[in-house]
Amino acid sequence: MRSSSVGWLFLTPTFFVLFVFGVVPFLYVLVIGFTQWNSFAADPTMHFVWAENFRRLVFDEPFLRSLWLTLKFAVFAVVGEVVLGYFLAQFFMRDFPGKGFFRTLHTLPLVVAPIAVGATWRLLTVPGLGPLPYYLDRWFGYEFNIGRYPSQAFAATVVMDIWHWTPLVTLTLLAALSAMPKEPFEQAQIDGANRFQMFWHITLPLLKPAILATVFIRLMDALRTVDEVWMLTGGGPASATRYIGLYIWRVVFPKTDYGYGSAMSLLTLYLTVVMCWLLYAALVARRDLRRPE
Amino acid sequence: MHRKRPLLSIAFWILSSFVTLAPIYWMFSVSAKSRVELFGSPSLIPKGFFKDNYLNVMSDPAFQRYMLNSIIVATSNALLVTILAVLATYALSRYKLAGKENIFFWTITNRMAPPAVFLLPLFLLYTQVFTIGEWKMFDTRIGLILLYCVFNLPFAIWTLRSIIDGIPRELDEAAYVDGANTWQVLTKVIIPLAKPGIAVTGILTWVFAWNEYLFAATLTSVHARTITTGLAEFVTVTGTNWGQMAATAMLTLVPALLVLGLVQRHIVAGLTFGAVKE
Repeated sequence: MRSSSVGWLFLTPTFFVLFVFGVVPFLYVLVIGFTQWNSFAADPTMHFVWAENFRRLVFDEPFLRSLWLTLKFAVFAVVGEVVLGYFLAQFFMRDFPGKGFFRTLHTLPLVVAPIAVGATWRLLTVPGLGPLPYYLDRWFGYEFNIGRYPSQAFAATVVMDIWHWTPLVTLTLLAALSAMPKEPFEQAQIDGANRFQMFWHITLPLLKPAILATVFIRLMDALRTVDEVWMLTGGGPASATRYIGLYIWRVVFPKTDYGYGSAMSLLTLYLTVVMCWLLYAALVARRDLRRPE
Repeated sequence: MHRKRPLLSIAFWILSSFVTLAPIYWMFSVSAKSRVELFGSPSLIPKGFFKDNYLNVMSDPAFQRYMLNSIIVATSNALLVTILAVLATYALSRYKLAGKENIFFWTITNRMAPPAVFLLPLFLLYTQVFTIGEWKMFDTRIGLILLYCVFNLPFAIWTLRSIIDGIPRELDEAAYVDGANTWQVLTKVIIPLAKPGIAVTGILTWVFAWNEYLFAATLTSVHARTITTGLAEFVTVTGTNWGQMAATAMLTLVPALLVLGLVQRHIVAGLTFGAVKE
């Protein structure tokens, strides 16, 4: 193998940028997380309180609730995206007239800015302005008001996320499906397997790495969603959609409780990294099994 | 499997496209309505095309500045990220480096941080630490361009990894035998072969940078504001100017659509996140 120093050289600019704009702020947060600091309070100086913030976190009911809600939101959204994305990808594997056109059309939500996605869904759901509450009431007599009913608000954020990100899943799974070998399917057909058996015993195992990778990327991003939800519901009603990103934002900005906000962020980051690491380990383990180096 | 039933699949596509398009259509419909029409009963089709929302937004010098800033920030960020990611991924793919998988995973942890709390340290760094004489990083385009690397660079490295890994090593070896050096192998063998993946990576990076809101809203005030922050400015304490906001949202969509059209052919081959192996 060629000298690894050249390899390190190629990595240097990336390390440099990630260090200055990623690691340095992280270290800053790490320090602040162990302090009591509110620059707008009566006492604006930074005090070291060691693990006090973390102790507070464990007993902070709204925080734990928000963590749980975030997880619920992420799981619902990601599962919805993978299932829907799989079906769309499977349909795109067929040849039909205007395929390229429809594929572009289904990629559209991906390029809408999150803040605009939030605004759009707000426009759809605002009572008196949006068509959803209007027609649901007129046709079915169903009262749809995400500003009033927590479960509706939660569902609205999940549906919005699914609408926005399913295209990414479709494209990834489509790439995986296109790269899949044909022989196992032909063999199975000869052996008289039905469609479900083929899906369960051939498609799913072959697709598993792609699904894991997609879940990884989507889960990571769903856990840190802020702007979309902030624009759609503002975290309400009450705290039904106050996901962790919004909760932290509230503690850090309107309340300017920097120390506590940092501790929260550290814990959330830690949980995300652990969860993603487990997924990644599963992914890498598979890759190594197949292609030993 | 269902080649015999083309009508059925066309019907399916029209129906699903309707669901995908409905929210965007509604945004357009709102942008084409006057304030009076907007607060009548929600009609699906606007009475006519009310141009004022678009004209007001487009003739606003602030909007023009936001648009220009967004174009500069997104394009520079996409170029920078793509170049750095190609170099980094090439190294990760072709060199024996200690702890390679860990480095690869570490890059993505930079994308996992909840953005809200990192606003504060970055705000402090930008206003107080990263300064040269009078010049501060706060409210500058370069500040956003470099910051966006933190979440775009990992995404780019993760997308490119499998593509560069998928290029057979025999091709590199053959080039080395012919007397090429590392740099020539990268520019004459790897980059041309990975072009579809690089294009998709660059474009998605561009879209993410174009769409970013939270950091742009916090780390800029006047000069470097981007179009997404402009969009949110229509939400005020006295109410929201829905028509102009929708018009702005439609306008932000146009460049994103253009760039999406550019890579449409490659987008499937380019998006694999390391999962597809031949």
